[in-house]
Amino acid sequence: MNQFQYNKANEPHSAVKLVAKDPDAHFLAGGTNLIDLMKMGVVNPTKLVDINHLPFSKIEKLPHGLRIGALVSNSDVADSELVKAGFPLLSQAINAGASPQLRNMATVGGNLMQRTRCPYFFDTTLPCNKRKPGSGCGALEGINRMHAIFGASDQCIAVNPSDMNVAMRALNATVHVSGPKGARGIPIADFHRLPGEQPELDNTLKNGELITAVELPYSAFNKNLSYLKIRDRTSYAFALVSAAVALHLEGETIKEARLAMGGVAHKPWRLSAAEEFLKGKMVSEGNFRQAAQIAMKGAKAYQYNQFKLKLAPNTLIQSLRIASGIAAS
Amino acid sequence: MKKDTIGEPLSRVDGRLKVTGGAKYSGEYKFPGLTYAVLVPATIVNGTVTAVDIKAAKYAPGVLAVITPFNAEKVPGYQPDAKKPVKGLKLFNDNQVHFNGQPIALVIADTFERATYAATLVKATYQVQPFETDFRKNIDKGVTPNAGKYKDYVRGEADAYKNAQVKIEQEYIQPSEMHNPMELHVTTAYWEGDNKVTVYTKSQGVMSSQRAIAAAFNLEPQNVLINARFVGGAFGSSLRTWPHEIAAVQAAKFVKHPVKLTLTREQMFTLVGYRPLTIQKIGLGATADGKLTGITHESHSQTAVYEEFTENAVNVSRFLYQSPNVNTRYKVVPLHIGVPAPMRGPGESTGAYALESALDELSYALNIDPIELRLRNYADIDQERNLPWSSKHLKECYQLGADRIGWANRSPKPGTIKDGDWLVGYGIGCGAFGAYRGHAEAKLKLMADGSINIQSATTDIGPGTNTAMIVIAADVLGMPAEKITFDLGNSSLPPAPTQGGSSTVSSVGSAVHDVCVALRQKLYTLQGKPRDSMDEIDYAAVIKEQNLPYLEISVGSESGDNAKNYSMYSFSAHFAKVYVHPLTGVVKIKNLIAVVDAGKIVNQKTAASQMKGGAVGGIGMAMTEEAIIDNRFGRYINGNFADYHVPVNADIPQIEAVFINKPDPVINPVGTKGIGEISLIGVAPAIANAVFNATGIRVRDLPITPDKLLS
Ligand SMILES: Cc1cc2nc3c(=O)[nH]c(=O)nc-3n(C[C@H](O)[C@H](O)[C@H](O)COP(=O)(O)OP(=O)(O)OC[C@H]3O[C@@H](n4cnc5c(N)ncnc54)[C@H](O)[C@@H]3O)c2cc1C
Repeated sequence: MNQFQYNKANEPHSAVKLVAKDPDAHFLAGGTNLIDLMKMGVVNPTKLVDINHLPFSKIEKLPHGLRIGALVSNSDVADSELVKAGFPLLSQAINAGASPQLRNMATVGGNLMQRTRCPYFFDTTLPCNKRKPGSGCGALEGINRMHAIFGASDQCIAVNPSDMNVAMRALNATVHVSGPKGARGIPIADFHRLPGEQPELDNTLKNGELITAVELPYSAFNKNLSYLKIRDRTSYAFALVSAAVALHLEGETIKEARLAMGGVAHKPWRLSAAEEFLKGKMVSEGNFRQAAQIAMKGAKAYQYNQFKLKLAPNTLIQSLRIASGIAAS
Repeated sequence: MKKDTIGEPLSRVDGRLKVTGGAKYSGEYKFPGLTYAVLVPATIVNGTVTAVDIKAAKYAPGVLAVITPFNAEKVPGYQPDAKKPVKGLKLFNDNQVHFNGQPIALVIADTFERATYAATLVKATYQVQPFETDFRKNIDKGVTPNAGKYKDYVRGEADAYKNAQVKIEQEYIQPSEMHNPMELHVTTAYWEGDNKVTVYTKSQGVMSSQRAIAAAFNLEPQNVLINARFVGGAFGSSLRTWPHEIAAVQAAKFVKHPVKLTLTREQMFTLVGYRPLTIQKIGLGATADGKLTGITHESHSQTAVYEEFTENAVNVSRFLYQSPNVNTRYKVVPLHIGVPAPMRGPGESTGAYALESALDELSYALNIDPIELRLRNYADIDQERNLPWSSKHLKECYQLGADRIGWANRSPKPGTIKDGDWLVGYGIGCGAFGAYRGHAEAKLKLMADGSINIQSATTDIGPGTNTAMIVIAADVLGMPAEKITFDLGNSSLPPAPTQGGSSTVSSVGSAVHDVCVALRQKLYTLQGKPRDSMDEIDYAAVIKEQNLPYLEISVGSESGDNAKNYSMYSFSAHFAKVYVHPLTGVVKIKNLIAVVDAGKIVNQKTAASQMKGGAVGGIGMAMTEEAIIDNRFGRYINGNFADYHVPVNADIPQIEAVFINKPDPVINPVGTKGIGEISLIGVAPAIANAVFNATGIRVRDLPITPDKLLS
């Protein structure tokens, strides 16, 4: 770990200023991702700006939704009665991630920003375009069992590892940020990006922009839902594939569906075509299978993640079955 | 007549110390002036270090020294003219690099953090040579172990299975499974002058550590004091003295301060051994009514280019079932990787996975129940050595396990039982592990107050050795366990063998038994009674009456010649019931029953805990553990606890341990055969066989992850 300067920010404005001035400065929230990366030498900040004392740790009820502060811990979000009542999908997704100790430390802002777990990104002796642009993608022809099947480029096939983000994507969250040029809201769909030619950029935040809160609009997606995560052990492992499903049902009819997947792309992957297909359809295994088939359009696998072409649709089907009550969770 | 108290459940005598943090492990001893050593790993796979730039590191804050191949003081035992040359890698003795992650320098500083930082400043330059880490690609380059002297085994006719009425021929893959006990490997050393060193280290054998350090530094063994009072799990990873342990002692000598060297979790993946990646071929031939006519078992496993490691993967096929024709072949494939090490059930668990899976496949081919098939081929004697068993109750294990798991509910047709969405399956996997007994000594001291202290230089890597020893002593002496203490984990105590090969209770327990018997005899003699009297003894009264301050007595104990006339093994039958989700490939182990014939069980409680711990290791082997190397770079890409998956609590079902608990009449006076290894051997095939029974999918390459079960 290199030497760095530690600053404790007392108000958002000064935090933004400190980081905006210095491209090698980073905000420090729970530290569960950043400190690991520093120890591995993957990220070498010259300056850490500790934001834990900023006033972003409340969950507030708005007329049209919930506002969750960027510093609320993952555990507190998952356990919040407001979240469990209005957005149980989010609770399920968060609780499917990491371990209780990590969730106690991890924050909403940090989770949105967490880096990929691609082993080539984590090991500084191996090539990685995300860590070191131009050094090549180690995973493309390497051990790519955990890697993307949607939206990858030949520069990078890493996935966004978050569970929380998948639920937020399904729930149409808006990420609120405050930057040198003022505040703005970014729809979650536009927050994370695909690797394209610039895999070093995970998201569309501009330098110095600080996440202040996430807003979730109330909806009818709080009754029939399921976050199903398939992984190599029962707990404390990143997703091979996960499927967030929320259905607005009227009797046996699907009025509207929200579907997103994790572990399959560089960003939480929304399945709009499959949602469109399910609209107005009856709850049935057959419809779920067709939706899954539609969801898989454009999927492309590599040497070691061929299985995801099967696991992804199967996980979506099973999650749909659970959400609609056909199967037990 | 005193009552038999052996086997009654006694809680660990040091349990309270352990759970309250009072138990002190090797990394927890503090000394004035303690310094911290951190290893610098090579980033190439094969070649030579041509230079090491240590300037920046040396002048970093708090740094005392940086040891490299170019400035290291010579370790006497590493030199060609050494009296007892040290085997294996000789750190900093030359500039060769044999695997990625091999330490090429050591930084010593006044704090761990400063040493860690300075280690990142060490810059090596290399001359790189081509390397081979790809096991499959190089399998044809396998060599016969022991410089070609290893003998393949044939009984009857080789490859007889090929001519059988019904045959199975399959390949089974065990991946590299890395040693990761909870306690990291750590060594703290300090010298007194040039000829005496004290070492606190994670060791399974304080006597063997003493011999190894003495040989390395050319010291009198009594001038090397080894402490390993508490060990936070070892599983075979501390059977030998590793190069980094010698490096810690070397560093302490160099800086003339106490030095503590702790491996990082990531370094555990390259420096303390692993169960080697092994590809096995099994051929089984049988008559239509299920009599085995031929067994062929071949194995290739990884080893290092700089040191050979072998294990007994194929041996289990020679004796577990009766067959007129058996042959085994074994080769190792030297690669540019760290050397493997024994891991709980070393070889036997890898071998049993293959043999017991193949036997399961045969049962379906023959349409004979897997337990019935095992009964039809039950080995009444050890055909390998042509000797009777000292004891064998495997048939009872089958019966008890079948009853407990609900074998009667199993369908002979895979994929036919469902519970909701889930497919249900049952499986059995058996194992055997040699029951050993080595020479051990014990010293007993009877105090004036009638309490007893017993000492022996054994270790306790987790099973509860001192608890077991106290149980044995309490039984022989006819006194409450609370009045007895047992000291271990120090090389100054009476010599005992290394804790390994499931032999501690057999070896050290016999010495404890014998020293207690010797005490009784001595006391009877003092009282003028016949030596073998069975009268109750009031220990405090006798010692007072004899006007003694205390009484000390020592014995050495080992097996008699009679043992040579028998084949001695512990046997196990593991039973698993699993649920498999047909869409997602998720496996839930519902139930695991371990039924064991390990002779007399000394303490039901700690023995059951040990069986459960072994089963958890077996679940890791079956379901989650696999170290993956990227052969383009010769580097493990999941060498950390986020990406390398040991099982978590949520993976572990209720595990039930069932003991036959009949004393072995031959092996030792207590009749115990050992359970450390047998607790793991057979678990993986029981689960793999249950998964097949549930799904009809045969997983022949562990671990059984969801991707392998997608239908
Ligand atoms: C072993 C392990 C297993 C894990 N398993 C899972 C899992 O299964 N599923 C899962 O979803 N996650 C998992 N995680 C990841 C975990 O969820 C993240 O580490 C955590 O959410 C990061 O939050 P943090 O507050 O600690 O972020 P930090 O480490 O403090 O920061 C992470 C990044 O976000 C930036 N940042 C933080 N807050 C803000 C802000 N308000 N505005 C702008 N930038 C900000 C920081 O500068 C930094 O670059 C795991 C982590 C570990 C170590």
